[in-house]
Order: sequence, then C-alpha cells, then structure tokens
Amino acid sequence: MSLTRLIAVARKEVLHIVRDARSLGIVIVMPVTLMLLFGYGVNLDLKGLPIYVYDQEGSQQSQDLLKHFQSSEYFHVAHEVDNYPALTCALDDGSAKMAIVIPWNFSQQLGAGGQVQVQALVDATDDNTANVLMGYAQAVVQGYGSQIQLDWLRRRGIAISTAPVSVETRTWYNENLESSAFIIPGVLALVMSVIGAFLTSLTIAREWERGSMEQLISTPVTAMEIMLGKLAPYFVIGMFDVAVCAFLAIEWFHVPFRGSFATLSLSSALFMIVVLALGFLISVLAKNQFAASQIALLITFLPAFLLSGFLFAIEQMPPVLQWITRILPARYYVSVLKKVFLKGTPTAMLSADLVPLAIFAIVLTLVATRSFHKRLE
Amino acid sequence: MFARLKQMLIKEFIQTLRDKRTRFILIGPPIIQMLVFGYAATFEIHHVATVVLDQDHSQQSRELISRFTSSPYFDVERQLTDRSQVRDLIDSGDATVAIEIDAGFAQKLEKGETAPVQVIVDATNSNTALIASAYVSQIALDFARQAQQDRMGRIAPALVSQIPSVSLESRPWYNVNLSSRWFFVPGVIGSLTLVLVITLTAFAVVREREIGTLEQIMVTPIRPFEFILGKTLPFFLIGLFDVSLIAVVGTLWFQVPFRGHIAVLALGSVLFLICMLGVGLLISTVSSTQQQAMVTAFFFIMPAITFSGFGFPIATMPVWLQYCTYLSPLRYFLVVLRGTYLKGIGLDILWPQMAAMGVLGFSLLAMAILRFHKAVE
Repeated sequence: MSLTRLIAVARKEVLHIVRDARSLGIVIVMPVTLMLLFGYGVNLDLKGLPIYVYDQEGSQQSQDLLKHFQSSEYFHVAHEVDNYPALTCALDDGSAKMAIVIPWNFSQQLGAGGQVQVQALVDATDDNTANVLMGYAQAVVQGYGSQIQLDWLRRRGIAISTAPVSVETRTWYNENLESSAFIIPGVLALVMSVIGAFLTSLTIAREWERGSMEQLISTPVTAMEIMLGKLAPYFVIGMFDVAVCAFLAIEWFHVPFRGSFATLSLSSALFMIVVLALGFLISVLAKNQFAASQIALLITFLPAFLLSGFLFAIEQMPPVLQWITRILPARYYVSVLKKVFLKGTPTAMLSADLVPLAIFAIVLTLVATRSFHKRLE
Repeated sequence: MFARLKQMLIKEFIQTLRDKRTRFILIGPPIIQMLVFGYAATFEIHHVATVVLDQDHSQQSRELISRFTSSPYFDVERQLTDRSQVRDLIDSGDATVAIEIDAGFAQKLEKGETAPVQVIVDATNSNTALIASAYVSQIALDFARQAQQDRMGRIAPALVSQIPSVSLESRPWYNVNLSSRWFFVPGVIGSLTLVLVITLTAFAVVREREIGTLEQIMVTPIRPFEFILGKTLPFFLIGLFDVSLIAVVGTLWFQVPFRGHIAVLALGSVLFLICMLGVGLLISTVSSTQQQAMVTAFFFIMPAITFSGFGFPIATMPVWLQYCTYLSPLRYFLVVLRGTYLKGIGLDILWPQMAAMGVLGFSLLAMAILRFHKAVE
C-alpha cells in the first residue's frame, strides 16, 4: 500500500465532492436541518391540547370543576358547547382531542352524598396522546374530588389530613422530562447513517454505473487503496458533522452533556467506520444507484430511526424484534449517545456497547474489502 | 396522440419492471417496512422493569407493593435491601422505575399523617418516564383512596356511605384498546407511498437525462406533454398498486379496522398521488444526476413526514412550525387515512383535506410541467 496513491484517490474524491456544490451543501446543511427538524418538530411534551366541555348543569359547582381544567397547563378549553352532536363533530374533525361532559344532576348528587361520574370522551386515534390526556384529566378530577370530600368532612367537624399517601416522583437524568433531551442525542446516529451509508453508496454506485471504477482499477492503485481513499474524505465529513450536531445539541437546544467528549468521539468514529463499510458494501452489491439508495435506506436509515431506541423504547418491542436489534450497530451507538449525554456514564461502564460496535466495525470492513475484491475479479 | 402515449407507457412499464431488483424494491421493502413499523413503533408501555425498596416491612407496605406486582405495566423484578442498589440499577439501565417505601410508612398511615412514597424514574426516555410515573401515581392514589376510606371507617363509620365523591370515566373513542398499531399503520401507508412515488418518479426522469436518452426521446415526434403523461402515468399506477398492497397487508396483518367508505379513501389516495407525482417531477427538473435527485428528495421527504403528524403531534410544535405543516400534502392524507380507517368519517368532514390536496396537487403538477417544458427547450 502506498500512501501517495491513497492520498491521490482521496484527493480525487474530495474534488468530486467540492465540485458538486449541492453535495457540498448537503454535508453541511443536512445535519443542521435534521437537528432543527427533530429539535423543533418532535415534541412529545403534551401541553395546551384543545378540549371541549359540555356542562349540562351550569351550576356553581360544575363551573368550579371546569375552572380546574382551565387552570391546568395541559389543557386549553377551546369551546363550551351545549349539545352532544357538537362534541361528536369536534372529535370527528379533530378540533378537540378530548371532551368533558358534566352531568345535569352534578351538584344535586354531590349534595346528596352519592358518587358522581364525570365523563371524558377522548379521541384515541393517537393512543399516546390519549393516554397522557386521560392521565391528566384523572388527576384534575381526583384533585377536585378530594377537595370536595375534605370540605364536606370539615363542615361536619371532622379534620382529616388531605392525602394519606403522597407520591414523590423524581425523574433522573432528564429532570424536566423534556422530550428534546431524549430525542436530540439520537439524531447524531441518523445524521451519520445518512452521510455514511447513503451518500457513500450513491457516489460509489455511480462510478460503477458509469464505468469509471474500471478505469480506476486499471491504474496501479490497489483495491485497498481505492477503498480507503474513497472513504477517508467521508470519514472526515462524518466526524465534522458529529461535531456540528453535538455543538447544536448542547449550545442551541441545551441538552445536558454529562459524559466525556473522548468517549463521544471514540464511539462516533467506530460507528462511522461501520456505516461507511456498510455503504461501501451496498454499492458493491447493488447494480444501480436507485437500488443502492433504496437498500441504504432500508438497512441503515430505517433501523437507526426505528429499531435503535432513538424514539421507540426497545424493551417495549416484541421479543423477536428485540433480538433483531442486537445485530444492528445503530442500537449500540444510540445507547452510548444517550448515556454520554444524559447519564454521564463513565467510559469503563460502556463496554457493553463499545465492544459490539468495535466488532461490527472490524467485521464489516473485512466483509466489504472481500466483496470488493470479488467484484473486481 | 394516443398511439404515441401507448408506446411510451409500454416502454416505461418494461423499463421499470424488467430489472429483477427494481421489481423486488417495489414490493419487498414496503412490506418489510410496514411490518417493522407495525411492531416497533409504539409509545405504549408494558412490563417496565421495576425494583422495590421496602424498608417498612409492614402489611400496608406489602399491600401497596402487591398492587404494583399485579399491574400489567410494571414487572417488579427485585426487592432491594439497600438504598445504594437503587442508584446502580437505574444507572446501568437494568431498572427503569424504583419505588422506595421508608420505615414508618404503616405507622404514619395509622396516625392519619401523610405517608410518603418515593419513586425514581429513569427519564432518559422522557415518554416512557412520563407515562410510567402517571401509572405509579394512579396506583398509589387508588391505594390512598382505600386507606382514606378505612380511616373514615374508624373515625366516623356512620358517614362513610354518605360522603360525596367525584370520579372520571374516560371513554377512548375510535381506538378503544389504545393500540399504537391502529395509530401507526394508517400513517405508515401514507409515508411509504410518499417515499416510494417521489423517489421512483424523480429517478425515472433523471436517469434518462443522466444517461442521455432524454434527448433521444425528445427528437421523436412525442410532445413534452405526452412525455410527462407517459412518465407519470406508470408511476401513478404503480403507486396506486403499492398503496393498495401496503394497505391490505397492514390492515389484515395488524387487524386494523376499516370503518369508512373505500371510495373516500380511494379519492384521497388519487389526490395524494397527484401531489407526489408533482413533487417527484419537480425534483427531477432541478436535478441533473441521480445522486442529486436522491438527496433533494431526502430533503423534501424528511420534513414532509416529520410535519405530517405521522408520529409526533402537530399541536405541540412551535406555532410558526404548525403553519409550515400546512404545506405537507401528507398531513392531509393522514387525516383522510385515519379518518376513514378509525373514525369512519366521510366527505362531509374530510372535504377540506381533499380540497387542500387537490389545490396542492394541481399547482405542484402545473409547476412541474412548466419547468419541464423549459428544461426541454
């Protein structure tokens, strides 16, 4: 292997990238776009959701209960209606996510000392939103109910403490339960999948498609030099993008960073090697650019998005799928990212993630080299 | 004109379906993605790894813990003996929830004071943490209500039956079991169609340009309008075929109900496909290589999906971003899909979505045709 030839190949690749203004723009604009997209566009902190109320009674007490809903930051009482069809319609066309119905005999029943039921009709098309909404509504009604009970008892001369049991919840690592802190670190894995596999497989597939790869082979350059030379610029770009993303995450979106930058760089470098090898492999196996792009999408971007724990918790998937995630490099990288950003786990404790990543990097590089040799023969 | 158009159509179909790999790509990845999405995409939580530190060892504390043990949401995996274990287990990710009951719990309950329960939640995944802590509170509140009643029974047995109480009865409409699959499957149908039709159309035209066959076609008597029609019609049909295929597989496999009218969905799909063809063609007019086309398509696809309400509620986005979502055709199509699948609503409610897609579709297509004319001349 000669360093001069390797550098020559790398220089050629850099020229390719630099000459195509759009590709150059992409390597800088894409990470920023993805960060902003997920940073602003993905927000699972449900607050101020539109609800409708239907107060059949309109008494002092029913209005009191509604005030509890109005003052909650989780709800936005968009409309008060006076019939059922209006509620149904609002839920049907999506202008209300939930409708609260207070029965016509609300205060009367409360006075009589019975159990009163308030109804919440919830648009459960989006099960997650529905679930969270029902939880909040439950809390509001319970709070109101216990206050009523205490007043009632006090009037009868019985003093009793408010709540027999109090729950004190502490959320570690992400104290304010911000979904941005949970999502943004994982975006790094998405960005690298795109840069690494997507862009690389396309560029190299193009050389095959146009036949310029054969021309390259006929020169004294060896296969290894071609591979390294072609991938080196993308490695540099990928690492640059990691830095950009990490900077944005910490400075712009204020995601806490509690681990070490060395660990972040090490794991990112390993993952970059993995995706580059994958991209190279795809380009060798795929016949044309369209096929290459689709395969790259299917085996790098999609797993990074869906099966890595980036957004959906792996523990909640069916066992078969959980097992499959074990053979996906993105899973380990996302796990490292979340630990480095939020938990500040020391590097020594990350071996369960870093070792598999390193193994993937070595194995995939070997496989890619091998299949490249084969295709050349 | 029809004779020429027919020839063009025959050529396109042969060209697209000739390659075994392309044939596979039209069918394989969409189905795989549908299945993976259906299984992986869930914000539901079940069997959260939970540990318990009971330092009271009383009947009451055991009673409270047994409520967690019997809940489907929590898997109480270990009873701890020491507080330091909590930190380790949560740090390593082996436990997501830790419940601590201090010594003196039963005593406080008996005395009528407030007995605290401490809950520690790993909030790295903010969504899991949010829902898990809601479930914890719910279980603790149920326990508290029971304790309150027992206490009342001791203080004033005569009043227990008279005390008023308010409860909330939640009725999740459209998706009674709060299944994530019912939410995601219709969404996946929409997003897969988007990705497939845009990339296919964009690639088809750009490939001809890149290889140089576009000029060859232009010197034949075929008119630009016929060429565009001949180019788009096959993808329109393939797109329609894919929508139906994914819809059938998703619906049957995941048992998602279809409650609306098939004609409404068909109309929505046609309008949506027109939008997608317009976008695909537009991309092809601004790209000269397939790589550029792919990257440009990616830049359209990512925001289009993120802003569509596919997995992340639009209502929680910043307001300026909510306005941007009106530009994503997928946003309207998802309302149509979920409306017809889960809500069973018809055109009387969905007409604004249809109109929006119609306007977007025809303006996109008109823009694409105008630009295309220019590009050819």
